Amino acid sequence: MSNQSYEEQKALVFKGLMLLGAITIIEVVVALLAKGHLIHGVNFSHGFGHYLYMLLMVGFSAYKAYFIIFYFMHMAYEMKGLVMSVLLPATLLVWAIIAFFQEGHSWGARREQIQQKNQEVVKPAPAGNPQGYYVIPGTTSAMRS
Amino acid sequence: MSETSVDHAHDTHEHVDDSQLWEGGESPFRASYGKVMMWYFLVSDAFTFAGFLIAYGALRFSMPTWPEPDFVFASFPFVQAHWPLIFVTFMTFVLIFSSVTMVRAVQEGHRENQRGVVFWMLLTILGGATFLGSQAYEWTTLIATENVSVTRNPFGRHIADGVYLNEDGSESKNEDGTPMTFHKDQSYLIHMHDGKATGVVYHDPNSKGETMAHHEGTKIKYTTGVWAGQVKDVAFGPKAFGALFFFITGFHGFHVFSGVVFLTIIMLNAAGGLYAARRNGYEMIEKIGLYWHFVDLVWVFVFLVFYLL
Repeated sequence: MSNQSYEEQKALVFKGLMLLGAITIIEVVVALLAKGHLIHGVNFSHGFGHYLYMLLMVGFSAYKAYFIIFYFMHMAYEMKGLVMSVLLPATLLVWAIIAFFQEGHSWGARREQIQQKNQEVVKPAPAGNPQGYYVIPGTTSAMRS
Repeated sequence: MSETSVDHAHDTHEHVDDSQLWEGGESPFRASYGKVMMWYFLVSDAFTFAGFLIAYGALRFSMPTWPEPDFVFASFPFVQAHWPLIFVTFMTFVLIFSSVTMVRAVQEGHRENQRGVVFWMLLTILGGATFLGSQAYEWTTLIATENVSVTRNPFGRHIADGVYLNEDGSESKNEDGTPMTFHKDQSYLIHMHDGKATGVVYHDPNSKGETMAHHEGTKIKYTTGVWAGQVKDVAFGPKAFGALFFFITGFHGFHVFSGVVFLTIIMLNAAGGLYAARRNGYEMIEKIGLYWHFVDLVWVFVFLVFYLL
């Protein structure tokens, strides 16, 4: 636990309140600006501005998360082993985000192909070929037998 | 330890001499068992929430359009105006405040100040209850007024430019006689009556303020894109939006609710002197405090994913 005096601890709480509140207000103001609610005709909904906006929002949120974990939850004053055993597993999520967003993106890009596949009609295999199946010609080019 | 004393302890379980028992080693990480286990519970809970939020992202990426949060979350109690994101900002502040009062309760616990602990915990509980009430309002508006459900999402965005049509197929006109057009990516809310779509509400693009325009009927004609020239019914937005919203904010709200229940129990225990008697610096307050901050932490990301991006 921290070796701070009671007054120092109270000051930290006040600092936390101001910091989290200020970041939240900045986030919302930037969001309203980016989505075109503050200045008529100005928005960052496409291209580079949009990426910058998203990066900014993720950055602010990450800082809020860091502050809550390290100062409100006292992670800054815990032993390194505890810190590592909590934070290191969380880095697995980086890969989860990359992998699943890529998956979702590819799913979206191949929406028409998926619909086409869903409409394929499958016919039972002919007697001489018990393992294969036919896709009725004309529905798709893919065929296995 | 002699053999006779082992037999003795074995025979009469109720009368074990405490001085002969192992006191236990040093706690790992110089933190109590309860605190370490609370941390690991929170790690597992963080993975659950991360799974949900990543699913939201993956599904959102897989859809050609997605509802715009500043259009969806724009209602405010007792106000008819369109106030994008203001109410949810209020909810965020409520959680930040209750996190701050929780830190104060933990600090007073370290000083063995029972009155301080109970006072700050009471404020924390009030914050949690206010948040739950706000969420109830938000859900009620979405379900009862805007007709969102887990399988239906009347919030959509146009995929191309076009014009709204009257029932007879002619182009609708604004009051000033100009055609009632819409453009790509513009948000709309399908109005429903008795379970059927009857019209569309959207931002009036000609107005500088947040005024909403209303169109009776659901027929539209695209003027650009792959469907240029075709007449269509205005489409519902991605279904997954409603399911994800209610499931994820509901799961978070359930955490807040459980937190309020536990905080209340622990506050009553503290007021009854239970933790003062333990003389361990009100460690129980620290443990529920970890959980409560985690609820705030999750909200940071729910806020980011659902409302900001």
